[in-house]
Amino acid sequence: MDVLKTTLPYIISGISVGGQYALIAIGYTMVYGILRLINFAHGDVFMVAGLMMVYLSASLPLYLAIPLMILITVLLGFTIERVAYKPLRTAPRMSVMISAIGVSYLLQNLALYITGGLNKNYPQIPWISDRISLFGMETSRVTVITPFLTIVLVFALVMLINHTKIGMAMRAVSRDFETSQLMGIQINRVISATFIIGTFLAAVGSILFFTNYPGVVPTSGAMPGLKAFVAAVFGGIGSIPGAVIGAFIIGIAESVIKGLDTILIVNGVISEQIGLATFSDAFTFVLLIIILVFKPTGLFGEKSTDKV
Amino acid sequence: MIENKSQKRKNAWIAFLCVLAFLALVFCLDQWIKPTDKLGMLLIVLQKGSVYALAAVSMNLLNGYTGLFSLGHAGFMLLGAYTYAIFTIPDKSRDAVYQYFDAAIRFSIPEKLSQHMGGFGTALGVFIALVLAGLVAALMAWLIGLPVLRLKSDYLAIATLGFAEIIRAVFQWSKLGPITNGSNLLKNFARASKFKLEIAGTKLSLSTFVPVLIATVSITLIVLIVNSTYGRAFKAIRDDEVAAEAMGINLAKHKMIAFVTSSFFAGVAGATLAMVLSIAQANNFKSAMTYEILLMVVLGGIGSITGSVIGSLLFVAASEWWLRGLDSGKFLGIEAPNIFRNGFRLVVFSVIIMIVVLFFREGIMGEKELPDLFRKKKKDPAKEAQS
Amino acid sequence: MKKVLSLTLALIMIFALCSVGVAHADNPVVKIGVFEPQSGDNGAGGKQEILGMQYANHLTPTVDIGGTTYDVELVYADNASSNDKAPTAAQTLISSGVSLVLGSYGSGVSIAASDTFDAAGVPAIGVTCTNPQVTAGCDVYFRICFLDPFQGTVLANFAKAELGATKAYCLAKQGDDYSGGLCNYFIEAFGKDNCVYEQFPEGTSDYSTYITNAQNQGCDVFFAPVSTEAAAQIIAKADTQALGMPILAGDTWDSNVILQAAKGTNVKICVTTFYQEGADAEFDAGIKSWINSDATALANNGGNDELAAVTVMGYDAYYMALEALKAAGSTDPADVLEVLPTVSYTGVTGPIAFDEIGDAVRDSAFVKQCNTETGVWDFVSVATVG
Repeated sequence: MDVLKTTLPYIISGISVGGQYALIAIGYTMVYGILRLINFAHGDVFMVAGLMMVYLSASLPLYLAIPLMILITVLLGFTIERVAYKPLRTAPRMSVMISAIGVSYLLQNLALYITGGLNKNYPQIPWISDRISLFGMETSRVTVITPFLTIVLVFALVMLINHTKIGMAMRAVSRDFETSQLMGIQINRVISATFIIGTFLAAVGSILFFTNYPGVVPTSGAMPGLKAFVAAVFGGIGSIPGAVIGAFIIGIAESVIKGLDTILIVNGVISEQIGLATFSDAFTFVLLIIILVFKPTGLFGEKSTDKV
Repeated sequence: MIENKSQKRKNAWIAFLCVLAFLALVFCLDQWIKPTDKLGMLLIVLQKGSVYALAAVSMNLLNGYTGLFSLGHAGFMLLGAYTYAIFTIPDKSRDAVYQYFDAAIRFSIPEKLSQHMGGFGTALGVFIALVLAGLVAALMAWLIGLPVLRLKSDYLAIATLGFAEIIRAVFQWSKLGPITNGSNLLKNFARASKFKLEIAGTKLSLSTFVPVLIATVSITLIVLIVNSTYGRAFKAIRDDEVAAEAMGINLAKHKMIAFVTSSFFAGVAGATLAMVLSIAQANNFKSAMTYEILLMVVLGGIGSITGSVIGSLLFVAASEWWLRGLDSGKFLGIEAPNIFRNGFRLVVFSVIIMIVVLFFREGIMGEKELPDLFRKKKKDPAKEAQS
Repeated sequence: MKKVLSLTLALIMIFALCSVGVAHADNPVVKIGVFEPQSGDNGAGGKQEILGMQYANHLTPTVDIGGTTYDVELVYADNASSNDKAPTAAQTLISSGVSLVLGSYGSGVSIAASDTFDAAGVPAIGVTCTNPQVTAGCDVYFRICFLDPFQGTVLANFAKAELGATKAYCLAKQGDDYSGGLCNYFIEAFGKDNCVYEQFPEGTSDYSTYITNAQNQGCDVFFAPVSTEAAAQIIAKADTQALGMPILAGDTWDSNVILQAAKGTNVKICVTTFYQEGADAEFDAGIKSWINSDATALANNGGNDELAAVTVMGYDAYYMALEALKAAGSTDPADVLEVLPTVSYTGVTGPIAFDEIGDAVRDSAFVKQCNTETGVWDFVSVATVG
């Protein structure tokens, strides 16, 4: 029982982080599914969403600031695709990936310039940042809401993909880019829709993430972005449920590893700190490499055959 | 054919003499310019620029010539920097550097050798430590390459990126503190600012010359590899893996050779970076460093060695020196403290890079080398030539 | 296309070179380098330290050196709180011809740049870098603040005697010489067996786990001498998670950032520091009216006129630099370096003189507690180690 009691707080906070990663991971997995592009800038879009909220909420009431922030973020995602990826559609994949890295570099530097390199405090959003008691532990409400909200959003997204025309087009494009073009699908519209959905979810994720961890710096998006991408690979790139499950696994693993020393000490396994928390980020990549080596298509990924 | 060969030999000689002249110039600059001079930044740019040039060229060997998109460069540079630093900290500084740990390795190669051979021993020791740095990075590359090199383009990129992050975490682990000093910085090792040559009582500074020399020699070695049969095999793999395999090129073997060689020179570059910065700390070798080097390669032109060199020199000079005014309120004589404040330099800089990435996809040099530009008028097809 | 590109780059280069050498002044100018973080983790703290120097420069813009009156110009370089940016930032100061350098906030960057200053023979006066390694083994680095072994011991004694703590949770940032060093000496003084020591990596946003760790291990004091950026988040999390033990920290936490974060919460925070507001009423009033009159200064101080100890230290450092220039009778860095060990000055934070290593002779620290209702510091005691 003691094991459970000491471990529970980490698992709960891990589920919460996992939900936030999941919302970012969907953007990665959808874009990769269609364009075969690791959109390195996605994590930075997430960071920009956080910053935007800081600045908007300084002058606007929250009920205006939140929708406006989401709108601007979506526009940003759309613009990035049009300006930085669309001109390179026929270029080698490496060029597009380099362009994505360039956009990421630009967004980070822009954020550095605007904030002066200082930490910006995310606004307190009433109700969701309130303190609540759960199984005898104190936490904020956002921790509890996140997983549920994530699942609701993912469910809505899956409905959208399975039951609407644009969703069908997305599935077709991700199956075969060229043929779907031949079948009369307007490829650019589909790609834009993908980016819009991806950035919308990242913007929602940023509200949850930064309410939980209220400091925004230019590099805030880099690590969550990478982890969300790993989650997408882990779950099988292109698969939305896969990305969500991958994100939850990574979130929980990360949080538990941060507290692993304490868990082991309290339960008498080891007697002094051994600094395992150092590996909380690295473990994500260990998972990534294991999955890439043993099951490159991920947990739920479809097999792809390379044509010559 | 014979004419072609003698032409090639002539070109090689010209290139060799140019490199020698450049080294001599750097040596003289090292004497003329004092750090307190206005031009002191030129030395810094040459030092850092040559380090990044080596890093960029070694990355180009992999990304540009072999077509393996790897993003693990920072990790290998970290290995090189730490190996070099750990084995060149003099005995008496050990305890000060490892202030929170009990240093496990108490062995400084340059110091041990200088006890037997004097000044030459120090130089030899530094050289051995550099090679060791490269070998450690190469060994790790071999281990990583076994599982990873089978992966396809972007999976390879993300897996190597992951390995670099894992390496960084391991080096920051406090349990390894006696070796790596935990996450704290290493200093007081053999560093560029201390390199002096004493001839007949006059001390000549070598603080810029040594890093430039290391970079030049290493880049020359890479050029030789690229122009060998291995280099041709690499390019064949880049252009078409299946065709290359059909021609009898062993894919796994050649990919591994490219990966290990590139990592060896990345390790040397990391060691030289530590030498130039006079500190080494795992935290500095983040994936952002890999991205920067990649952008240098892109700026210069993927698949051109002189391009990478020019790209990195421009990158370093612009970001460290020429565009500094953008950060401090005054640029091109325009005073606008509200716009030209901290960070503007990097914004302008990243916009320039995006322009290059989007509109000048060839970079500065494309796939050409510097000597090709002089040979443009002759009508022979642009063949690879050494710089 | 390529020609256009290369031409533009060439033009940028030429203009940049031209724009370097513009100077206009009646008096000759002596340059003092300000080597401080203005971005990154310690950016806010660095800016507050600069404020003190700027205020001092505002009060005393000239100095008599060897019979001539010089205008003092502060030359800034942002070390971005990053050890790998520090050497280049230091080099830009050196090549802009400074006579001596002040800074930095944060020990790591000072350690990283010490070699660069040493190679050029330019003296540097550390303002609030408390790690022993800054001056040890470096001939050109001096400092006017107390050291981590002293501060760590003071804090450990305070935790034991005043807070009655028996088990301490220590949190530092990975690879950061300030928090790492301070934790190390705290643990030494508190007893290794009674401490839990953890480090968080750079870019951490989740501090809740560390608070859970402290609670789970049954600690009764939370020692976290980290940057103010991290501090604000730790305080917020400590409040939501009902930490249930006092938080203890070093001089960096003596900042209005902490006060703002702690106001209205239920967290007990104690710090050791260099200066207690109110010790010099005239100085306090002067600098506050200056901060309020200058919009940029007010913004850099975090939006109000609550004084941070580092600002006061920056102020004293500036006058220390002027004393050194006067004593040297020349603007040559080599001359300044030669006289610096013998220079002394009585500043707002007390008398300052250097010992043979280059460290300030300081044997007392102020202990303050944050009043979470009013959002100001309450004086607790003056602590010494004897």
